[in-house]
Amino acid sequence: MAARVVVNVPPSAKRGEVIEIRTLVGHPMETGFRHAQTGELIPRDIVRSLVCTYNGEEIFRADLHPALAANPLISFATVAVDSGTLEFKWSGDNGFSASASAAIKVV
Amino acid sequence: MERRQRLQRLGERGDQGRVRLVVLSLCLSAATALAQDGRRSGYEYMSRQTQAMQDDEATGPAVLALLDGEALWKRDCAGCHKQGMKGVATRYPALYRGKLVDLEQRVNLCRVERQKAQPFPYESRELLALTAFIGRQSRGLPIEVSADPAAGKAFFLKRQGQLNLSCANCHDDNPGRKLGGSVIPQGHPTGYPIYRLEWQGMGSLQRRLRSCLAGMRAENYALGSPELVELELYLMSRARGMKLETPAVRP
Repeated sequence: MAARVVVNVPPSAKRGEVIEIRTLVGHPMETGFRHAQTGELIPRDIVRSLVCTYNGEEIFRADLHPALAANPLISFATVAVDSGTLEFKWSGDNGFSASASAAIKVV
Repeated sequence: MERRQRLQRLGERGDQGRVRLVVLSLCLSAATALAQDGRRSGYEYMSRQTQAMQDDEATGPAVLALLDGEALWKRDCAGCHKQGMKGVATRYPALYRGKLVDLEQRVNLCRVERQKAQPFPYESRELLALTAFIGRQSRGLPIEVSADPAAGKAFFLKRQGQLNLSCANCHDDNPGRKLGGSVIPQGHPTGYPIYRLEWQGMGSLQRRLRSCLAGMRAENYALGSPELVELELYLMSRARGMKLETPAVRP
């Protein structure tokens, strides 16, 4: 199964209104510090970054590090300026990549 | 997609809706506390933060499993079960052709007998997702198992393991007190499969029971063994009338 992502963006907002955006991505976030029962190190496997663009313009970027829980939930706020789409892109170790988009109508 | 839009609409209702929700949930929790004659779901023992994770229907951690479960349901189940499965999860474990089976086993029986498909392994992502999605359809309904829980009750009361403990020593005699920093709940399985923070993922009631037995340093039972199913049935019968919370979040 492909990576599971959920984004929560209000479908419509008033111009200039501050909107809350919540994103959830399904990922084990293996820290790279744990050992298997047989002793060898479990290699790190984490999501490294989340980038959000609003009508093509980058509005939010986060670098993620080990010691975050699995399935990281990231929430942030932005100002609703124009109708359009928000694009979300996660990338990480072992070529991990996931994306989502959401439409917003600004009145 | 539908779910996501629905969830967005839920999140969008603004302050008035939120206030109404809070008032409603306050009334609900008061009502359940009264109706439940001292029985408390594990939810009530959790911190506010963990409760908020369970209440977040749009971006709570169990949502990922529900999305998987919905996809599987549409692929494998919706063709026959057109009415959905509202209420089904409240009635398991139940007798099926004279044998006691839990919801996981019932799903696999349907797969093997009707769909001629391979059963999902216990604790597989697919089985957990599907049972979570089926359980979600009964959320808020009272648990109403009907099979005879005598064998499971005997298991619950029996002292076992190197620590010579029975389930009842903690969950009947000392609920609400602490064991190694964690609150001991009354042991009502109201929200399985759960997203457990300690597991960083989903798990079934049998996984939970096995880790409890390991903590008692008792002989453990394989996933799907009759002893565990009987214990599941007894726990569900103790929780009869309590509301199903599937998929719950637990610490």
